[in-house]
Amino acid sequence: MAAPLGLHLEFGGGAELLFDGVKNHHVTLPDQSNPWDMKQLLAWIRGNMLKERPELFMQGDTVRPGILVLINDADWELMGELDYQLQDKDNVVFISTLHGG
Amino acid sequence: MPVQCSNCEQKRAVLKRPKTGHSLCKDCFFWAFEEEIHQTITSAGLFNRGETVAIGASGGKDSTVLAHVMKLLNERYDYGLKLLLLSVDEGITGYRDDSLETVKRNQQQYELPLKIVSYEELYGWTMDAIVKQVGLKNNCTFCGVFRRQALDRGAMMLNVDKICTGHNADDVAETVLMNVLRGDIARLRRCTAISTSSEGDGAIPRCKPLKYAYEKEIVLYAYFKKLDYFSTECIYSPNAYRGHARAFLKDLESVRPSAIIDVIHSGETLSVKEGVKMPVQGTCSRCGYISSQALCKSCVLLEGLNRGLPKLGIGKHHRLHGKILAQEPLTEQEERKLKAVDF
Repeated sequence: MAAPLGLHLEFGGGAELLFDGVKNHHVTLPDQSNPWDMKQLLAWIRGNMLKERPELFMQGDTVRPGILVLINDADWELMGELDYQLQDKDNVVFISTLHGG
Repeated sequence: MPVQCSNCEQKRAVLKRPKTGHSLCKDCFFWAFEEEIHQTITSAGLFNRGETVAIGASGGKDSTVLAHVMKLLNERYDYGLKLLLLSVDEGITGYRDDSLETVKRNQQQYELPLKIVSYEELYGWTMDAIVKQVGLKNNCTFCGVFRRQALDRGAMMLNVDKICTGHNADDVAETVLMNVLRGDIARLRRCTAISTSSEGDGAIPRCKPLKYAYEKEIVLYAYFKKLDYFSTECIYSPNAYRGHARAFLKDLESVRPSAIIDVIHSGETLSVKEGVKMPVQGTCSRCGYISSQALCKSCVLLEGLNRGLPKLGIGKHHRLHGKILAQEPLTEQEERKLKAVDF
């Protein structure tokens, strides 16, 4: 049985405004039988961290196009995107390019 | 699981380039990004040795990356340019004051002179005051028109040869889409040009060195280089029309990343039939700055604000320009159409 996962989440490029204006978050994902992947993390974020207007961050099961995702400082497109299996102490960064003024 | 850099095949790749699909490590990405901008600058002949160039600096990621890369390439390839930063203060509480703090830090970090011009100083109106009169709708029109002229006027004060702005590939593609949707042929031709010509008196040429750089790469370049930039949404712009073109373009990009360059290419190759009437560049008869009409857009909008008729300049009111120029009063019916409407 897997132990709970500790992750560091970072929101930038304006995305932090959807998360109480806080850039850095440490979260602990509960223990579960299947390994956590990015798809499940996003569902968890939507259910637990997004206070308002989830459509600004999520589109369907994935992040809205225009939001860049880095896993341990590498483009998630290289890591398997939604299929990436999270490890304890992983660092996940979300940078929005959608805000402007 | 980790992907190797497809260029050096030694280090771990950190991004997949949307333009080429290549996976690159940090150092190879930095080099490729910088070299492509250098290639853009040299192939388009954007600068000449000895020129003074103002970098339009807003504190955002694009102008921060532009300032960083321009300084780096100016040194690496000895362009022989004198670089300085030029900022516009729109007077938006809680937004521009914070972003200008970022520009001042950039000034220190890059050791480039900084000039700030403000709407209040040039026009007598801050954006906050404009929004009080105009309301939340259409205020971007005022800001965009004023900023463009403010940049020109600031550049003239500094006596520079060129202005460069941080418009990236995504920005240009968005503008192409918006102008297609509006059916604006004149703007469609201009919006894809990498530099404006210097024909006509008093116009300082502008160029866009980042025109072919994808926004994703600009963001990641800034992130990996740990560049200091500001990213908060303008408090008055949530309903800006551009947001729709942007969301659409991002959806296209997620399906096919080359869509952004393809849209730009389409905009560049659009041709206009012979004989179609196009605006001719001249100068405003009131302020003397660049204009394709007798009265420039800034003066029309400013007159509207000063007369308490903010809708002047929004929509089609060219017939009233003569009266404005002659400083004649408008009829009650004319005024009613131009007053702000409460929603």
